[in-house]
Amino acid sequence: MKKKIDNAQNNVTAADLYDRKTIVKLNRDIGSQNQLKGWIYLAPALLLLLVFSFYPLINTFRMAFLNGYNGLAIVGGESFSVGIENFKTVLAYSDFKQCLLNTILLCVITVPISTILALLIAVALNSIKPLQKVYQTVFFLPYVTNSIAIGMVFNAMFTRVGLGDLVQTQGIINNILGIFGIGPFNFVNVGSSWGANMFVVCTYIVWNAIPFKILVLLGGLQNVNKQYYEAAKIDGTSKVRTFFRITIPLVSPMLAYVIITSFIGGFKEYSSIVGIFGEGMGPGGNGQMNTIVGYVYNMLPKSNLGNASAASLILFGIILIVTAINGYVSKKKVHY
Amino acid sequence: MADFSKYTKKDLNVESASRSQRISKIAGNIITYIFLTIMAVIIIFPFYWMIISSLKTMEEYRANVPTLWPQNIYFENFATAFGKANLKDLFLHTLLVGTISTVLSLIVTVLSAFAFARLQFKGKNVVFGLLMATMMVPGELYTITNYLTVSGRLPFASESISALDFTNTFAVLIFPMLVSVFYIYLLRQTFMQIPNELYLAAKVDGTSDFKYLWKVMLPLSVSTIITITILKMMGAWNAYIWPRLVANDAAHQLITNGLRGASFTDEFGETNYPAQMAAVTIVSIPLFLIFVFLRKYIMRGVSRSGIKG
Repeated sequence: MKKKIDNAQNNVTAADLYDRKTIVKLNRDIGSQNQLKGWIYLAPALLLLLVFSFYPLINTFRMAFLNGYNGLAIVGGESFSVGIENFKTVLAYSDFKQCLLNTILLCVITVPISTILALLIAVALNSIKPLQKVYQTVFFLPYVTNSIAIGMVFNAMFTRVGLGDLVQTQGIINNILGIFGIGPFNFVNVGSSWGANMFVVCTYIVWNAIPFKILVLLGGLQNVNKQYYEAAKIDGTSKVRTFFRITIPLVSPMLAYVIITSFIGGFKEYSSIVGIFGEGMGPGGNGQMNTIVGYVYNMLPKSNLGNASAASLILFGIILIVTAINGYVSKKKVHY
Repeated sequence: MADFSKYTKKDLNVESASRSQRISKIAGNIITYIFLTIMAVIIIFPFYWMIISSLKTMEEYRANVPTLWPQNIYFENFATAFGKANLKDLFLHTLLVGTISTVLSLIVTVLSAFAFARLQFKGKNVVFGLLMATMMVPGELYTITNYLTVSGRLPFASESISALDFTNTFAVLIFPMLVSVFYIYLLRQTFMQIPNELYLAAKVDGTSDFKYLWKVMLPLSVSTIITITILKMMGAWNAYIWPRLVANDAAHQLITNGLRGASFTDEFGETNYPAQMAAVTIVSIPLFLIFVFLRKYIMRGVSRSGIKG
């Protein structure tokens, strides 16, 4: 495809055909014709964005800052004063605090683990020749999946099957752990602990997050100039030192990119937990694994629009702060 | 003579050094392959478990000691899954919504990418910057208001207007998600690589903008168009949150909602895991096919986005 463009460039250039004056005039003519045309071409996209993105953005702020804004009360003709009551209410809810804690913990646990694993795998992949493509294909496999569907598979792997106290099988993960003399644990069944649930959800998120990171990091590694490694080799630099002094600095832009995107993704975590636990967001639907996004969606059918908007703005705020911190740290730490 | 002995000694030293280097390199390689193999097994295991579980009978699935390969391959699970989860209708709904939204989305994306890449008009850069800024905003912020809008609850009306209630229609699954700023950005980047001289030459020949877009730019951007098509179709296939909110009735339900909402519980209150895994397998097959045949197109889009669908 690139070749095609190059060919086209070689064959026809306006400069070959027309003198400079004509081209300048042509460019000006096209410019003046296009004033309206540009907007006509953009119209469908802008119209849809206006209705489904820009208006909602403004309206969410409006609802969040009208105290106690409620869909049902609107029908009753009630009016609302402006203030920050919604934010206070939401932040005081113990449910919301639990959601906030779950979301933050999910990020703090899964982002470092998945990034380090992905970096190790990418470096390993980059250092081998035979079978490289095969391994690369395998590691990309979890990316092209349905997160609800595979969440159900993770649920099945961790679930013990049986009625009441009569457990027939502990589930494949407990069986594997049993070989090493660990367990069995109640991972996801009714009555399972918050910690056990957290372990399952984190395992799933890490598993799901690795392929994208490997793809980006491997792309970065393959672009690194081989001469750096040659020089390190001649100097007799150890592998560990080479890794920390050459590899990491050279892929630091990609590292910053995957860390920032996975933090943002982590704060919006919702469907992987629905995949494992269903909409109850916890064993037996007790909601102990609920997240910020889950909280927003729970508020919607209850017409609690002020609270839902406030919660979603808190999410937005967190994402902005995380992005800003990442940007600041990247500027200091990312080389070139 | 003395020189000769010195020469061989030095030569020997070099050889032993390179031999120990070679040994450590081989050892390093073995460790690398062992590490990659262990990780690969962990990555594949859920898929393997999904497939073999879907082929087991409930008795075998329940066995205290798990079998790593089904003793009798039990295909009936797939029939059970089709019935219990009503998969045929779900497939049709998803295909319909996916196809229509992909076609419409491509039209909108191509037109705006062309305007941003090729046309000169006042305010272009401001609008483009504004669009780029919306990529920062989490979709959840839009969802609340969009839910109100499509259900006819407009801010200026005190009650919901039933004539404007679009919940439980296919339209509501298509239009609110039609424009993706990321796709516009992706295609604009591709369009920008096409040299401006081609456009000027076409203008001199009196070719209209639309004809130039259709005859020159699109054929040169086929691979990006394919990438967008695949991502959009996968988006419809994996969509969960919005469809569940606005169109979750039997006549419009999409595949992911149907899968999560389906009950695989038998008359004794026990979950039929093999049938559930069969349904999950069926839902995963189209994604596997895309993965096998169209992987390079997804990778191209993915490495620039970080978002699913």
